[in-house]
Amino acid sequence: MISVIPEIGHLALLLCLPIAIALTVLPMAGAAGRWHLLQRSGPLLSSGLWLFLAVAFACLTYSFLHDDFSVVLVAQHSNTALPSYYKFSAVWGNHEGSLLLWVFILASWTLAVAYLGKSLPSDMHARVLAVLGGIAVGFLLFIIFTSNPFERNLISPPLEGNDLNPLLQDIGLILHPPLLYIGYVGFAVAFAFAIAALIGGKLDAAWARWTRPWTTVAWLFLTVGIALGSWWAYYELGWGGWWFWDPVENASFMPWLAGTALIHSLAATEKRGVFRSWTVLLAILAFSLSLLGTFLVRSGILVSVHAFASDPTRGMFILLFLAVTVGGSLLLYALRAPTIKPLATFKLLSRESWLLINNSLLAVSLAVVLIGTLFPLVMSALDLGSYSVGPPYFNKLFLPLMVLLMLFMGVAPYLNWKHNRLTPVLVRPWYIVSIVALLLALLAVAFLSQRYATQWRFGAFVTVTLSSWLLLMTLTHAGLKARRFARAKKLSSRQGLLSLSRSYWGMVIAHSGIAVMALGIGLTSSYSVQKELAMAPGAVADVAGYRFVLEKLEDVQGPNYSATMATFGVGRLNEGALINGLSIRLQPEKRFYYAAKNVMTEAGIHGRLTRDLYVSLGDSLESEQWAVRIYVKPFIRCIWLGALMMAAGGLLVVIDKRYMTRQPVRTDSPSGTVASNEQAMV
Amino acid sequence: MHPLRKQRLMIVAVIVVGASLATALITTALKDNLNLFYEPERIAAGEAPLGRKIRVGGMVVPGSIVRDAETLAVTFVLTDYSADVAVQYQGILPDLFAEDAGAVATGVLNAEGIFMAEQVLAKHDEKYMPPEVAKALEGKSASDYKSSYSDDNDSDPASEY
Repeated sequence: MISVIPEIGHLALLLCLPIAIALTVLPMAGAAGRWHLLQRSGPLLSSGLWLFLAVAFACLTYSFLHDDFSVVLVAQHSNTALPSYYKFSAVWGNHEGSLLLWVFILASWTLAVAYLGKSLPSDMHARVLAVLGGIAVGFLLFIIFTSNPFERNLISPPLEGNDLNPLLQDIGLILHPPLLYIGYVGFAVAFAFAIAALIGGKLDAAWARWTRPWTTVAWLFLTVGIALGSWWAYYELGWGGWWFWDPVENASFMPWLAGTALIHSLAATEKRGVFRSWTVLLAILAFSLSLLGTFLVRSGILVSVHAFASDPTRGMFILLFLAVTVGGSLLLYALRAPTIKPLATFKLLSRESWLLINNSLLAVSLAVVLIGTLFPLVMSALDLGSYSVGPPYFNKLFLPLMVLLMLFMGVAPYLNWKHNRLTPVLVRPWYIVSIVALLLALLAVAFLSQRYATQWRFGAFVTVTLSSWLLLMTLTHAGLKARRFARAKKLSSRQGLLSLSRSYWGMVIAHSGIAVMALGIGLTSSYSVQKELAMAPGAVADVAGYRFVLEKLEDVQGPNYSATMATFGVGRLNEGALINGLSIRLQPEKRFYYAAKNVMTEAGIHGRLTRDLYVSLGDSLESEQWAVRIYVKPFIRCIWLGALMMAAGGLLVVIDKRYMTRQPVRTDSPSGTVASNEQAMV
Repeated sequence: MHPLRKQRLMIVAVIVVGASLATALITTALKDNLNLFYEPERIAAGEAPLGRKIRVGGMVVPGSIVRDAETLAVTFVLTDYSADVAVQYQGILPDLFAEDAGAVATGVLNAEGIFMAEQVLAKHDEKYMPPEVAKALEGKSASDYKSSYSDDNDSDPASEY
């Protein structure tokens, strides 16, 4: 019985193209000619686009869940033995399906803008939707002509599928691509706002104010997506690393850096009307880098885990699309930017100039990553040799930049807009906080060096000092600000803290997140202990104050694999004796997946905030002996905790009261008056 | 000076200084950390530098993997079917590392012509071959190759390939 579902999906996908073309042309023409009916057609067309894509996506999902191997994609990436939640994630665990997800998420963002953006002036609203429609057209053409997910093999459909790449059979990979794409594609909204504003010639505070929440939502999803990818690489690849400067990681990190710069420069543009043309450029850049990321990952030109099937026509298409989008928007920018004049001036010691420093540092970091990622590709394209850029390149350049960034970040909240002096509250905490941070770092490093029996680690000392300094500076500012506010309004200090705006708390939490993440990075890199050795059942290894005993090896069966599972008992040592017995159990596995004939390592991890115990199996040596890799990784969880705090901060900003109101925003330019200190910087 | 102009000048100055500093740093760091890929043939011809970090890739010669179970030291031979390179590595090899499969090693070539690897990467799945290895093997075929190492094999080397 041949299912008709894939054909329905295919038809729905084909119908999306004319709708997307209409969405590009009609509202734009309506806005240009002031035809109200056309101008208001955007929401209806966006709904249509979303609906048909939802049908296409649902049909593809149905085919995966029901093992319809007459669909080539399903036969290549799924298997009857695959658990159904992995069948579901297999929908986007491949090139075609992930592009369908990309464009479906784009349609969802478009729908959101169509209905949540009704307070926008109608011509602006129409143009934004049209630009989003145009992006959808490009991607739909790409999917339909080069990467059709509904391609079928009706003559001799295979009885069994090839199975999903075992690396992708993991909970992290169910969530990682959608989150990352929501972030990536979300920058399309910021881009559309920028292009619409350039076309309409109206780059004012209102424009910045509309763009901010959208950009922040995209940014927070991207943050969580990248963190999840890093977490997945950590526990799934079995190497204990959390960031490899792999081109695919860089591909998602570059839009994040641009997006981070963008949300900060948007703040200055909204509040003070400065950096307008830079902000527009950043919006274009953030989305262009998302497209570049898509190109790098999807064209298969990279040597990496994520390299899917390679096909030059696909690469050429995305490259062409990239050239048209970036070239077109930069041309528009070049034509319009000279007319953009800053609306205000500011002094050297002001929040504006600090934001400028923030943006410069982020831009340089971005350049570092971009050059390191593209250099090998350019060299090999020009046939000048096959190079790879080692992680030391990135670390050597990136770390000093981040140190500078954190130093400026600590001071930033204490500066007022426009002003030429620090708020009086800064002078006092400055000394105290610095001294406290130094003392904390001395204590922490002395303790950790003793605990992990290492020498004095300078890197750890610097990171602990810097992180605690940033954390204390940020929290102190919140405390002082609340106290000042409470005194002025005769409130209790608790009420004072509660009365600070959500977006201010967002900034506090996001900046604290940076501090926590830096702490994790610094301590993990300084104190991680790694041991590789051969172990047979009964063997004992003492690593960094823990005793690891290989208790037994056994064969286990999974739904689509067989595995050797080792059981380790682990206990804390004190002066050579176990304190609490072998109370921790770790069970790493070596899996053999039948369908793809792949061997996979599953690490055994026991995590605490202060340390991870990590064991993974290497290869089996002779007679019951296995090569075993044991890690003790202090504070590695702080890295992901920090990322989650940043995302939580972003969320608080978005739910701030001033973005929650649906009233039309005033469209006049900001006056030259100093914005009050209550208005938060993000 | 007009405050707006003064501000502009300040921004431009910051950009110029920052950009030149960044360019200088990036160039230096990039120069120190570029790892060039060499085929076994070019290493045999003495084209690869000694003592500098490079990468080498090829197929793992069957029967060439020798492992010390105590220390986890391992040696194996990579070939592009026209020349061989002996590789020494300490530690655990990746899951997909196998005889007669593609692998890329990063490390340093020593004076004895042995490649001291710090990192070994294997092909990612059954179908996928590291592009550099694929290129190194281009136009060379296993059939017209006889490795000096495969003589140690019990089986007929010709049937191995």
